[in-house]
Amino acid sequence: MTREFEFDDEITELRGMVRAFCAEFSPESVVRTTMESELGHDPELWRRLGGELGVLGLAVSEEYGGEGVGLVAQAVVIDELGAALVCGPVLGTLALAMPALATLTDEDAKRELLPPLCSGEKVATLVAPLSDGGLEGAAITIQAERDGERWLLSGEVAQVPDGASADTLLVVATVGPSAGPGPGLALFAVPGDAAGLTRTPLTTLDLTRRQAAVTFDAMPARLLASGPEVVTACERAAQVAAVLLATESVSGAQRILDITVAHVSTRLQFGQPIGAFQAVKHRCANMLIAVETARSAAYHGAWALQDGTDDPQLAASLAKAVASEAYHAVSTGAIQMHGGLGFTWEGVPHLYFKRASTDGLTLGTATQHLERVAALTLDTLAPA
Amino acid sequence: MTAPTATAAALVEETARRVLAEHPPASTPLPELMGAWYDAGLTWVHFPVGLGGLDAPRALQPTANRLMREAGGPEPRTVNTIGYGIVAGTIRRYTDPELAARLLRPLATGEEKWCQLFSEPGAGSDLAGLATRAVRDGDGWRVNGQKVWNSLAHISRWAVLLARTDPDVPKHKGLTYFILDMRTPGVDVRPLRQITGRAAFNEVFLDDVHIPDSQRLGEVGEGWIVANSTLGDERTSLGDRVAARGSGVIADALVLWVAHPERHTPVLRERLTRLWVRAETQRLTGDRARVAASKGVPGAESAIVKLLNSELSQAVYDFCLELLGPEGTLIDTYSLDAPDDESGPAAIQRKYLRSRATTLEGGTSEIMRNVIGERVLKLPREPRADQGIVWKDIPR
Repeated sequence: MTREFEFDDEITELRGMVRAFCAEFSPESVVRTTMESELGHDPELWRRLGGELGVLGLAVSEEYGGEGVGLVAQAVVIDELGAALVCGPVLGTLALAMPALATLTDEDAKRELLPPLCSGEKVATLVAPLSDGGLEGAAITIQAERDGERWLLSGEVAQVPDGASADTLLVVATVGPSAGPGPGLALFAVPGDAAGLTRTPLTTLDLTRRQAAVTFDAMPARLLASGPEVVTACERAAQVAAVLLATESVSGAQRILDITVAHVSTRLQFGQPIGAFQAVKHRCANMLIAVETARSAAYHGAWALQDGTDDPQLAASLAKAVASEAYHAVSTGAIQMHGGLGFTWEGVPHLYFKRASTDGLTLGTATQHLERVAALTLDTLAPA
Repeated sequence: MTAPTATAAALVEETARRVLAEHPPASTPLPELMGAWYDAGLTWVHFPVGLGGLDAPRALQPTANRLMREAGGPEPRTVNTIGYGIVAGTIRRYTDPELAARLLRPLATGEEKWCQLFSEPGAGSDLAGLATRAVRDGDGWRVNGQKVWNSLAHISRWAVLLARTDPDVPKHKGLTYFILDMRTPGVDVRPLRQITGRAAFNEVFLDDVHIPDSQRLGEVGEGWIVANSTLGDERTSLGDRVAARGSGVIADALVLWVAHPERHTPVLRERLTRLWVRAETQRLTGDRARVAASKGVPGAESAIVKLLNSELSQAVYDFCLELLGPEGTLIDTYSLDAPDDESGPAAIQRKYLRSRATTLEGGTSEIMRNVIGERVLKLPREPRADQGIVWKDIPR
């Protein structure tokens, strides 16, 4: 195990391998084609990431088909995929479904559901209201009813990440009165192609990150967990996903900053590269500062969740708040520094700006996470 | 940078434990303690044996300093801030072993304090434009000029000095680096009062001051190179202490926040939350820089940490005064010897005033952003009106 912020040779090698793979098989031209395709990602590319490269199950233990390396390694992979804006079910599968499944006590479910996600043969998602960074019980819109030996799910969810492409949907539902006294929570698995499930793909602000509206109409489902175990699974998923989106935000911000620096170093106005002007140079310096501080917060989060070295909620919220604001600031700066080109579809900045905007609004906004930080720090200070 | 071997690490650790056992910090006078520390080669472990070092990897210095701290001893550099920070490395690189031996031990013990005579009224950010003149005079040099922002000059025995020896070449090429005995006739140190009312800095007037040529470091005309070799030292010595969460300037804001619940508002709470987050991410960035430096990977982090810490300090004390409200319009005293946290706990209002200097000293925020832009991001340099022009023809 490495200490915090120590990226050993193995991790550096992993990063280089994924970066080279993305550069070769998912350059900008491929990203643009894929993001306008019907499915929104290339299943063959995803299978290669899982099988040939073996980089989708790094945080999953070996008995469930993973590599058992740790969350930091997985974060580095997602950070490279994010830098290249690779289209794929990163959020639903890697950030939400896999961490949620990994917490379950149902060994059979883990042995059955996790290996195909690690290998990239299947994709999944988690259908649960995690908007403020944890499970928001009152916002659950799916009800589960007992029907003899079966469970049936009903209800609608307006926005499900990777909802249309998922082979497996993990669904949090309230358990109806027929199951016993008092409302409870349960987590179910349903196959994506089953009868009773209607999925409507939505047009997303960031076309590389797909969502769907999902309707369950008395659909049979498999019970995975109930009660407090569901809350634990959702909290872990929300925290891991917050940290993974944070590391992705850092690398996306770094990449668009690099692109911007290259642009202002060669774009000539008034007889010189515009990057020589302090108004431009200092803004670029501020963009770098935003990236570097966010990198510290994001990877602190990854180490904290991997090794249990900090309050996971605080570390995750700090990472998400700081990285979201940094990515937004850097990608808006990139548009500005590219001038008119920055406002065109052909230009690169909008791709990163849209990812930044989406990451910033997913799984808790920056201000929601700042509120959590305040609650966990300032509000707990005792008078001296 | 090579990783420290187990043998070198054991040598440093054993030596430090022995010295500290023989000279318990609690009962040993400071110069004696630091002298023993120097003689054992623990002051700068990467220096040669006999000059305060053990020829050990520099990465082992934090180990020695930690053992000193755990034994109740001082943070070594506080004994002679400028001496440790910039002078020692320069002396080691640029003087012969005899002069180095003469100067380094009393520097290390704090018996001979050092100051820096670089900045001038007309040369701040543009340090290389400085005007203090040194001209050949027999076996040495005669120096005339005025220096400013010289902390510790009033108690220093020695100074490092940058002076212009050739006005007929472009500004960077005409500078020479000297060490100056502050007792030399013609050296006049005057306290410089700051906005805090204190006089932590000085102005130094040099009037026909004689410096022997043996106290010139580096070649004539290479002063800029010599000076920059130690600026590099400063940037790589980020300190070996891992700061605790909530420590540093943010601690002042947190203490005040708890002490004044009657002034809490949601707007102030958000502001403090954002300050806390800045402080925490900067602390983590410092940790990350330290890990990167220990692995020999130079990073962008140290220039960034300097810039951010200075701006955070101002923002924190702005918040503190806002929280104090009308009480913030008062200050305990403007006396010359008011406490400033080095001499005793300072009033928040004085820290508020003092924090105005953090974005000026050691490179203004504007210069730091240029450094980050040009040296880290490799952006094109801004056009300079004095590029390639001999110094005496530059307008001033």
